[in-house]
Amino acid sequence: MDTSTLTRISDYEWRIEPQGDMNVPGIIFASQALVEAMDEKVREQVTNVAALPGIVAASYAMPDAHWGYGFPIGGVAAFDADQGGVVSAGGVGFDISCGVRTLLTGLQRTDIEPVKTRLADALFHSIPVGLGSTGNIHLDDKGMTAMLSGGASWAVKRGWGYREDLERVEEQGCMTGAQPEQVSLHARKRQRNEMGTLGSGNHYLEVQEVSDIYDPDTATTFGLTRGDIVISIHCGSRGLGHQIGTEFLKSMAISAHHYGIRLPDRELANAPIDSDTGQTYLGAMRAAINCALANRQIITHLTRGVFERILPEAKLALLYDVSHNTCKVEEYVIDGRPRRLYVHRKGATRAFGPGHPDLPEVFRETGQPVLIGGSMGTASHILAGNREGGALAFSSACHGAGRAMSRRKAYKLWKGRQVTDNLHEQGIIIRSPSSRGVAEEAPGAYKDVNAVVDAAHAAGLARKVAKLKPVVCIKG
Amino acid sequence: MWDHFHHEADIGVLGRGSSREAAFEEAAVALTAVITELDTVRCRESVTIDCEAPDLELLFVDWLNALVYEIATRRMLFRRFSVGLDGTRLHATACGEPIEVARHQPAAEVKGATYTELEVCEDQPGEWRAQCVVDV
Repeated sequence: MDTSTLTRISDYEWRIEPQGDMNVPGIIFASQALVEAMDEKVREQVTNVAALPGIVAASYAMPDAHWGYGFPIGGVAAFDADQGGVVSAGGVGFDISCGVRTLLTGLQRTDIEPVKTRLADALFHSIPVGLGSTGNIHLDDKGMTAMLSGGASWAVKRGWGYREDLERVEEQGCMTGAQPEQVSLHARKRQRNEMGTLGSGNHYLEVQEVSDIYDPDTATTFGLTRGDIVISIHCGSRGLGHQIGTEFLKSMAISAHHYGIRLPDRELANAPIDSDTGQTYLGAMRAAINCALANRQIITHLTRGVFERILPEAKLALLYDVSHNTCKVEEYVIDGRPRRLYVHRKGATRAFGPGHPDLPEVFRETGQPVLIGGSMGTASHILAGNREGGALAFSSACHGAGRAMSRRKAYKLWKGRQVTDNLHEQGIIIRSPSSRGVAEEAPGAYKDVNAVVDAAHAAGLARKVAKLKPVVCIKG
Repeated sequence: MWDHFHHEADIGVLGRGSSREAAFEEAAVALTAVITELDTVRCRESVTIDCEAPDLELLFVDWLNALVYEIATRRMLFRRFSVGLDGTRLHATACGEPIEVARHQPAAEVKGATYTELEVCEDQPGEWRAQCVVDV
């Protein structure tokens, strides 16, 4: 993106001045280098979002912003229903509530190293991963409705976790306002065999080592010390969420005309929050959030089972669970007035800072953990939400680095076996059902997540706490 | 003839043919090629698909999404397609086989077809192209 056409607010904040149909400015949080590397499509999408009815303050882009569907991936936009604000299925995405949860283990690298291969094999065997895999939990219609209402809370009640896990999940593990009755038969059918599955593409389960601590006090609160082993799980609402995204994208694209909404890009399909379509979508989307939370809870349970067998001295405690594809109702004070806003985060993570009333007591002083997943074989990061007063972009941060090259190019450059062997030489064990999938997810296929995280830190979106490096990676 | 085209986060599928129907069929082949090597997929079972949408482009996305749904719920992969279009109604058969992970090694799962880079056009008389980006 040509930065000469942007207004430079600071080294890490760039403004697209409102023009044409834009109701608010676009604001990009990134270093100059990251902005220059962004596709012009990002500008186009940030600008299109800024033109949506009822948008408040600005159309934001995070340091990892890249070309998405209607909204840029790494896009944040909040809407006021009282001002004709809209909700957009494209502003949430196909993988509703895709997110990351990180578990502490109480183990060190030296505990893992002698059993690393056995652990990798056991995790790969126990956690269904990849297209064609099947979960072990098959819900009937009543069970599906209960899961869609209860989320991770439902899973814990069924015995797949501990009550103390729920405090460490956004929304305490259960999204209020979920309406299972708005979830179609197709979406339910698509989920029937997918409960407790990891999915494919850039989804993974990683066993990681804490390699660096940047904020020792916050790290202590988070329970992190250098050399600790943690586990991160990256996946979302599986087929149910994808089906809801698909169905509502279509219904919003068709109904837009009826609501008098002009769509510069059909993918930006949206509906007034206070319309039937808008309310139905919100009810279904919240149910899908519960599906994602339940899914990550079940996978946690499966992971605990594996560790009980191989490393029984481990105690897998949940650090936090964050989602990065959602629309949530949150209160913000804008120009001295409290406003209730519908905040879309598409490939962006919520980052509530110190003092936020929705945070569990343990994080009230530090702000919440913000879990930024790396790609296969690269570092991941744990950040913390920043000072509430300086809550930028509606308390949002990045979610990870985007791809640097297409899947096809990655598959031409690398063979899966070669990637696996290279990572093995670095002490990282990869397990995947697909050699081509490994090649497409090669570390070199992704942008540098360290640069993204450094920019998020420098911009004040969230502050760096710890860096994690992979030891075992299970991917679909 | 099918192809893939670049999208930063995901991948575009493209089908070309002498008719709209042929272009739809070829794009479906491109969809399968996102997931697996085509020559690993055999034609052993057939499935029928019906959809309807307000215009041809939305119908094309519906077609791909119907395939995504069948892939997910039947746990099958599809290799050959026969599409019939009647206005904005589609009736098709797709033939393929159940997924065998060891043999097909699915590389990615298509979450859905999107409206990004969505085009269904007759570039030249008798040369139709149907394309869109799919989220993987």
